[in-house]
Amino acid sequence: MNPNYLDFEQPIADLEAKIEELRLVGNDSDINITDEISRLKHKSVTLTESIFSNLTPWDIARLARHPRRPYTLDYLEMVFDDFDELHGDRHYADDLSIVGGPARLDGRPVMVIGHQKGREVRDKVKRNFGMPRPEGYRKALRLMEMAERFRMPILTFIDTPGAYPGIGAEERGQSEAIAYNLAVMSRLKTPVISTVIGEGGSGGALAIGVCDRLYMLQYSTYAVISPEGCASILWKSAEHAAQAAEAMGITADRLKELKLADKVIPEPMGGAHRAPKEIAKALKEQLKAGLDELCALSTEDLVSQRYERLTSYDTGR
Amino acid sequence: MSNWLDKIMPSMIRSDSKQRTSVPEGLWKKCPKCGAFLYKPELDKNLDVCPKCEHHLRVSARRRLDIFLDEDGREEIAAELEPWDRLKFKDSKRYKERLAQNQKATGEKDALIAMKGRTLGIPLVAVSFEFNFLGGSMGQVVGEKFVRAANIALEERIPLVCFSASGGARMQEAILSLMQMAKTAAVLERMKQEGIPYISVLTDPVFGGVSASLAMLGDLNIAEPYALIGFAGPRVIEQTVREKLPEGFQRSEFLLEHGALDMIVHRHEMRFKIASVLAKLTGQDQPEAEAAIDLEGIKPDQPAPESTDAPAS
Repeated sequence: MNPNYLDFEQPIADLEAKIEELRLVGNDSDINITDEISRLKHKSVTLTESIFSNLTPWDIARLARHPRRPYTLDYLEMVFDDFDELHGDRHYADDLSIVGGPARLDGRPVMVIGHQKGREVRDKVKRNFGMPRPEGYRKALRLMEMAERFRMPILTFIDTPGAYPGIGAEERGQSEAIAYNLAVMSRLKTPVISTVIGEGGSGGALAIGVCDRLYMLQYSTYAVISPEGCASILWKSAEHAAQAAEAMGITADRLKELKLADKVIPEPMGGAHRAPKEIAKALKEQLKAGLDELCALSTEDLVSQRYERLTSYDTGR
Repeated sequence: MSNWLDKIMPSMIRSDSKQRTSVPEGLWKKCPKCGAFLYKPELDKNLDVCPKCEHHLRVSARRRLDIFLDEDGREEIAAELEPWDRLKFKDSKRYKERLAQNQKATGEKDALIAMKGRTLGIPLVAVSFEFNFLGGSMGQVVGEKFVRAANIALEERIPLVCFSASGGARMQEAILSLMQMAKTAAVLERMKQEGIPYISVLTDPVFGGVSASLAMLGDLNIAEPYALIGFAGPRVIEQTVREKLPEGFQRSEFLLEHGALDMIVHRHEMRFKIASVLAKLTGQDQPEAEAAIDLEGIKPDQPAPESTDAPAS
């Protein structure tokens, strides 16, 4: 089985392999197989549509972690221009599971900060699987405060299993690093838009996710704990992850219903990884629209509306 | 042991075996650290600190505030707030049932109690986590009550003191509980900007979403001795890094050494220490120290049951 395909994507993968095979055969023979190829292509589209119209929250959780899904640096390449990556928290280290720096969005200077996962094994380790340590959050904070000083809007991209649970991380104050970011972000005098592009893993995600607008890609998730973690605590076994995913309501659509996400950005058929350029274009349009909206507000209104948003309470009555 | 066996056994052996295997109801409590049997009235007077080994036992939210606040002029804040199951969450049991069960067991509506009052004459707002209510987990009611308490502190420009004891965010409120981290952090940042002191007291245990929000944001972070405090739980860390955790890892003393805390304060000194610091931060006179706790004269009629099993670690 191809590790770059999830189990429910396998029928699509098989079909595409067949198309590719036929195409190769077609190249070195005179037989006209164009009709057959277009028939199979059509079949592939219908198959993808039917599979993707019936995804469970657990399927979506796995899509959010898809090994070929675009990561922050991919979007930096496709959506932004002139990105200058800045490094280090100025206290201890440069945490490569968070990347950031100034860039341009259609000419407008912005500060981009995002979790970064690695693609291949060595890269995954270097990026610590997208799980930041305190220095990652402190680097992010440094960049956010810089953005505030230079009146640049902040765009964050969320894609992490969670903050790293390690000995050193605890020694250097993982809790404090997260808590401090939450506090400072609540009062930044510059617009903040957060977009969940993959996994929104708990406090480790929120630590760069306190914002004026929250967008979620269609197949991204945002949760207080991973479905596996929730299952192992409440069901006493990680095997109930699918049930936990269902119960917690971790999908973009569910968060939109709960009024926590402002927009769900639809993904191309088959998910963002099937057509990265397409999703990048949609994301860019949404970010521009969001910034136009937020930049029209006075700083005072911006900050007070964010505070309202953070502290509001639904009594359910 | 079944009843019929009890009946045919000679009474001497019977009472002996009972003393060895269980703590007599009501009068005695076993220290979870040193394993000594503690005489309840003595333990009460000693503010639930083991007189033998100084271990600080967990106490309920109400008892915590009762110990901390002066007797007169207490006013409970937002006592009417009740949790509700917005997500219709169900694991092996419905969240609704779990709530009812925990409300019955603790007598509280949710896991946070808030009061306005005074400590050694210093007016303040104090909140306290009920660990026995779903592990002191933070859901919407905890977040909202915390914010309302902080708002009173802001309006009246008096300090806020929080005693945390929590496993973290409440899973049954899923993403809604995650948002409480941002909510409580936001109100605390406002207090900071307004120059209203906030003291966070971490008591055994504080983890996850509570540790990574309101508990670490104090102007002063104070802990009780030997409290377990961290972001990730020790078991999760052990599974992730696959090595043995260092001695004393995530205990108060470890956090103090690593710079996360300002001080570790004995429960007997807590009232005075906080009042004394707050008096300085708010330009009031130094409060008068209280007399030390005297355990003289509180003695059981009978000797403590013999402890035969190994002390709990």
